Amino acid sequence: MAALLEITSLRKSFGGVTATDDVNLKVEKGELHAIIGPNGAGKTTLISQLSGALRPDSGSIVFQGENITNRPAYSRARLGITRSFQITSLIMSMTVLDNVALAIQARDKHSFRFLKPARDIEYLREEGRELLAQFGLDGRADEPTVALSHGEHRQIEIAVALASKAELMLLDEPMAGLGPTESTTMIEFLKDLKGKRTILLIEHDMDAVFALADRISVLVYGHIIATGTPDEIRSNDDVRHAYLGEE
Amino acid sequence: MLQLTRTDWLTLVVMLALLILPPVFLWTGNEFYLLLATRLVILAIAAVSLNLVLGYGGLVSFGHAAYIGIGAYAVGIPVYHETYGGFEAVAGYGAGIHILLAVVISAIFALFTGAISLRTKGVYFIMITMAFGMMAYYFFLSIDEYGGDDGLVIDIRSEIPPLNLDNPLQLFMIAYVSLVIAMIVVKTIVNSRFGMVLQGAKGNNERMVTMGYNTYFYKLTAYVISGAMCGYAGALLGNFTTFVSPDMMGWSRSGELMFMVILGGATTAIGPVMGAAGFILLEEFLSSYTIFWHLPFGLILIAVVLFARGGLVGLIKGKGK
Repeated sequence: MAALLEITSLRKSFGGVTATDDVNLKVEKGELHAIIGPNGAGKTTLISQLSGALRPDSGSIVFQGENITNRPAYSRARLGITRSFQITSLIMSMTVLDNVALAIQARDKHSFRFLKPARDIEYLREEGRELLAQFGLDGRADEPTVALSHGEHRQIEIAVALASKAELMLLDEPMAGLGPTESTTMIEFLKDLKGKRTILLIEHDMDAVFALADRISVLVYGHIIATGTPDEIRSNDDVRHAYLGEE
Repeated sequence: MLQLTRTDWLTLVVMLALLILPPVFLWTGNEFYLLLATRLVILAIAAVSLNLVLGYGGLVSFGHAAYIGIGAYAVGIPVYHETYGGFEAVAGYGAGIHILLAVVISAIFALFTGAISLRTKGVYFIMITMAFGMMAYYFFLSIDEYGGDDGLVIDIRSEIPPLNLDNPLQLFMIAYVSLVIAMIVVKTIVNSRFGMVLQGAKGNNERMVTMGYNTYFYKLTAYVISGAMCGYAGALLGNFTTFVSPDMMGWSRSGELMFMVILGGATTAIGPVMGAAGFILLEEFLSSYTIFWHLPFGLILIAVVLFARGGLVGLIKGKGK
């Protein structure tokens, strides 16, 4: 069976800096595939090319058998690719529930509906509340998003990504800036999610990565130096040398 | 039980005052104030329509006066041809054809200019909308048949039997009802699913695109609706002043509209109305004292922007809901 996502010879450079250097990667349906690598390895740049925020210089991205390399971001989202952001990207001026409801509403064919008040539409609000309840945030659904804490923002970020019901979730450091307790909660949540969705996870927290991932790819200077199971990666000499350091 | 917020009360009070005071002025022999109120209400319609894109869409259009001009010429040109002959296709005194022309041509102008302008962001969007506005300005300036720089006198007001726009009270009432409808239309749109997408794109466009919204088309639709409504206001203004000139669509006029929205408070229904009221009344009041009224006027506007976040609405409703 063909992989859900297949990246071939992807390249992207900014001026003289090559951020993505001949990346080849297959993500199988249902797996949790983690990408690790030192700072500046081009992890976020890679995610941005997959979500459509950036266009690669060359190479191809095939999702569910369809070449999406030149598709705009909104169209990829409609095909079933969603992402979360390393730096929280929510609509701060709206309420928490509005954010999630908009993500649910995005599943509709279009939103050129002008008459009925959006906040009276049951299925958007109910499903939104249920989603927030999974994070224990249902009590704060009607507060302006800006009023919530960083840890809660990270959770809403995931809730918004979930709301789209996308097959492929690109999660860009969901644990960034979380305290130990919050991190544990997030790891538990992702563990629970594993198998239900295909997840491409970028994460700095090594404990989290090795606990969660089915497979891991190591990105160094824009190039993937190894792909394998957590055990294979742990024992890979190149990886130890380049990333984990000599111990 | 219907719960009214402070903003609702404010809306109710302002709209009632706007409905009751002008006729009272007329009956007590101060027709001038009725005329002032009519101009205020018409410009408030334009400000309300601008607020759809500026306040809720975050699209700072610096060319909205163009639609007022288009709307006014949509009255002036058919009347001119019906009176002096030529251009049979549009000639006529009927309000129906005037309003249809005003709205449709404004919508088409908004569609074309918006389609290009919305490819830019921020300062570039402001500049390009202003450039399109000035393009419309010079277009009408260059047509000698319609008076060019001198403008065009509208000899006869739009005919809309059984009403009569020559009657100042009727004209005021039509403008007032139009304003109420415009406010309801904008309010309905911004609360709808479409409106949520528009406001979401204002708050975080990248997030909306990542969710799967092609925000460009949502913004463009709002821009066209706004332009069409503003064109309607222009048709009313042409009927009110019985005169139309390119001066009505210059960039400073666009700036005034923007100021009304910001002065009153964007993202509320009543804000642009209060802004238009504040603007017109202040202008009237100050200019009756001194010919140098622009200076205190400007200073007051700066003070409001600096110290009253949320405009006049924010100032009045304070911290409460």
